Amino acid sequence: MKLPLIAALVLTLATPALADWQATLGAARGQTVYWNAWGGDERTNAFIAWVGQQTETLYGVKVEQVKLSDTAEAVTRVISEKAAGQTEGGSVDLIWINGPNFLAMKGQGLLHGPFVAGLPNARFLDLSPASPASVDFTVPVEGMESPWRLAKFVFTYDSARVDTVPVDMAGFVDWATAHPGRFTHPNPSNFMGATFLKQALIELAPDPTVLQQPITDAAFAAATAPLWVWYDALRPNLWRQGKTFPENQSAQQQLLNDGEVDISMSFDPASTAAAIAQSLMPETARVFVHEGGSIGNISFVAIPFNAAHAEGAEVVANFLLDPATQAHMQNIEVLGSFSVLDPMKLDDAANAAFAALPTAPALPSVADLGPTLLEPHASWMTRLTEEWARRYTR
Amino acid sequence: MGTALHPVTRDGRLLQAVVLGVVGLGLIAPIGLGLLQTGRAAFGILYALGHTELTLDPWRDLAALPGFATSLRLTLGTGLGSTLLSLLLATGFCAAVHARMSPMAGARLLTPFLAIPHAAMAVGLAFVLAPSGWIARALAPLAGWERPPDLATVNDGWGLALLVGLMVKEVPFLLLVILSALSQIPVARHMAAGRALGYGRGIVWVKIIMPQVWPMIRLPVWVVLAYALSVVDMAIILGPSNPPTLALAVTRWFTDPDPAMILPASAGAVLQAVLVVLGVGLLLGLEAAGKRVGLWWLRRGGRGLSAEPGLWAASAAVMALMAAGTLAMASLLVWSLAWRWSFPQIMPESLSLKPWAGAMQGWTRALSNTLILAGATVGLSLVLAIALLEGEDRARRGRAAWAESLIYLPLLIPQIGFLYGLNVVFLRAGISSGMAAVIWAQTLFVFPYVMIALSGPWRSMDPRMVNAAAALGAGPWRRLMAVKLPILLRPILTAAAIGAAVSVAQYLPTLFMGAGRIATLTTEAVTLSSGSDRRVTGVYASLQAALPLAAYLAAFAIPAIAHRNRRALMGTETA
Repeated sequence: MKLPLIAALVLTLATPALADWQATLGAARGQTVYWNAWGGDERTNAFIAWVGQQTETLYGVKVEQVKLSDTAEAVTRVISEKAAGQTEGGSVDLIWINGPNFLAMKGQGLLHGPFVAGLPNARFLDLSPASPASVDFTVPVEGMESPWRLAKFVFTYDSARVDTVPVDMAGFVDWATAHPGRFTHPNPSNFMGATFLKQALIELAPDPTVLQQPITDAAFAAATAPLWVWYDALRPNLWRQGKTFPENQSAQQQLLNDGEVDISMSFDPASTAAAIAQSLMPETARVFVHEGGSIGNISFVAIPFNAAHAEGAEVVANFLLDPATQAHMQNIEVLGSFSVLDPMKLDDAANAAFAALPTAPALPSVADLGPTLLEPHASWMTRLTEEWARRYTR
Repeated sequence: MGTALHPVTRDGRLLQAVVLGVVGLGLIAPIGLGLLQTGRAAFGILYALGHTELTLDPWRDLAALPGFATSLRLTLGTGLGSTLLSLLLATGFCAAVHARMSPMAGARLLTPFLAIPHAAMAVGLAFVLAPSGWIARALAPLAGWERPPDLATVNDGWGLALLVGLMVKEVPFLLLVILSALSQIPVARHMAAGRALGYGRGIVWVKIIMPQVWPMIRLPVWVVLAYALSVVDMAIILGPSNPPTLALAVTRWFTDPDPAMILPASAGAVLQAVLVVLGVGLLLGLEAAGKRVGLWWLRRGGRGLSAEPGLWAASAAVMALMAAGTLAMASLLVWSLAWRWSFPQIMPESLSLKPWAGAMQGWTRALSNTLILAGATVGLSLVLAIALLEGEDRARRGRAAWAESLIYLPLLIPQIGFLYGLNVVFLRAGISSGMAAVIWAQTLFVFPYVMIALSGPWRSMDPRMVNAAAALGAGPWRRLMAVKLPILLRPILTAAAIGAAVSVAQYLPTLFMGAGRIATLTTEAVTLSSGSDRRVTGVYASLQAALPLAAYLAAFAIPAIAHRNRRALMGTETA
């Protein structure tokens, strides 16, 4: 009999918030939200266009995607607006944002919020302090960004060309020695390349728990020593002898499709099945993860402090959390991105909608993906990529 | 124009002054302000992040960034190397084939290469040259490759692929410039005289003709050099990545997740501008040295019959570059029609219009934005250019050297050096980024090219026509509308086509001044080239190349139709 009590409590608490939400909806009507999002993936672009059609019909809020080649472009834009003293009417309304850019913007006071708790659909999220929806790179989100899609680090390989795949990072050294030039990773200055190094760091560090703490020089030296030994052994057998790297995961996916490498990686477990459907990868491409699990996190949207259409942006953020939206998004024929909602908080109809989604041979189930490893504290990523550049950028 | 038939009018001087004022205050002054903003950040002043003290730290940070020295070396190697090699090859090619090719035929041959934007060419070349690309696929059956060889044929550490990519675009541009300069020199007579005195053909070219051509092509060569030293879009696609060239590294630092990187990035942007100045200085130094050595060499009187093989080698290299460029353009079109096309297939396994249909909504919008921008910038630039030239005519006064350099300044300063600062200036002035801001920023780069293309033909127009009109009592407006503009239809349209090509190709100005909201074919093509769908990239790049090409074709076709019964206006102008 506890449940109705909590529900009643939540409802009482939510009443003023709901009134606020009506005000937000009213202010948002007629607004056009400029959603700044990486534009390198046509399926994501199409999904964002669909979101815009929906919000326009439902709430009178249009969405214009500002296609970025790098999320930091939007951050730079907000900074130059702040530099010019433009504290309102800014050109960026909503950003698809991730760890380092979120940290930078939050640290510089460039974000609007906290706003997540005010979104009606936030009730479907697990917002307990340790949940992936509450921490981005171990930094508390504190309602300054709203989740929209799940990311989990996976590898992709062409099963027609590769018989056995490494089961952990240590195994990559032997694999690359046996298949020189057939593996690489994106440039660590790119998010994906950095994630590859972080995954290796978590697997190889003598004591991975230190990675959850802010970095110290001693901890960094101790934790990364095995990583560099491993990387020095791996690098000579990488594609082009590890002297150059693909710009991002899309470039590497193209290398896999062209047959220049045999293994690629992604932060979207469904991307392989999606790419096969688009004929952007061979039919024989499959996903694999390491035995010990892989890094997972949640992609967020945030609203800059000076956004011209903050209300509209909140409406879009709320629409993204709607169970129907999330189920549409998880459909492999649409986007295939896994839902960020907590199944425990959904009603049976919503859960049934998720269960009824179509499947594909290259689409892993949630069980296939193994345990989720926590992102290291953000200070590690910065230091790790800097140290990588210091060692290997000549 | 030494007659007193149409006296100096005051309104001519006024017109000249007004246009120069518009250009100076409207176009150049904001560049200065932008440079100032960037320059301040380079010395540690960035109020938004709480940096208020003048310091050299950004420069120290810049020098300490990993790979900085290599980036610098790469930039100098690819920038200077591609410019000097392009100049050498273009000269050699002209020497070898000039006598056998009419300027019109030459212009027609070069048009597709001039029309296609750098980014589109780079995307195509990357596919042609890659180890899994077209050339490798053609060789695969012979070499027995089941998988692409692990060779660094693009993104190589030396920047050679970038060098080749730049040359594919620069050689045709320089050829066009040299051909148009040659049309003002009695080449055949000089050649005959030189041959009669026993000089080899190549040597006549080097000793007699090039010294006359050089002053006419000096500025375009500087522009090429400035571009090559600071190119970003081509470097993303063809250049090395770890580390990249300086311009690309600076762009990356500007967009680093850590906003404090704007400081060393600004220092890098300033350095980029300094490099261009040094590069131009180097060319001036070479020119001065060349004059001395050349004089001594001339007086020595060597006949140098053996220079011929060099000319043929240069021609062969030019043909190879053009072949690569042609393949690159063809590959874009084929990719846009492909569905599945994997190594080692020479042609796609399956064809489909899905890439065109699927991205339809996107490309129709980008296409209409691109058309609006090209139309507006070309219109604006033409009006300014004609007003300035007409003002010079009426004032009977040429352009002062300072005015000349003012006009071409935007082409010589690296875009990354002032665009960030310019954006801040615009925002502070309360001008929101949008279509108008992008039109303005693009005109900055379109106008100089329109001026370059129009000035020569305008000045070399037969003055007797205008004098005759004046003698018949036509006033200055009537002379302009009824005589000058119709006679100059072909060069005006050519200038418009060049302007359209420049407008279509603009990447950074559109990105920065449009706050990313103005999607054009070029911004979409560059963004998509960071993605994995070469087919959609092919759609955008094909359109990107097709649009300026259509403009050039119109520039050929319209005068041909309008002047079909005017023999003296048919094909005598250099295009």
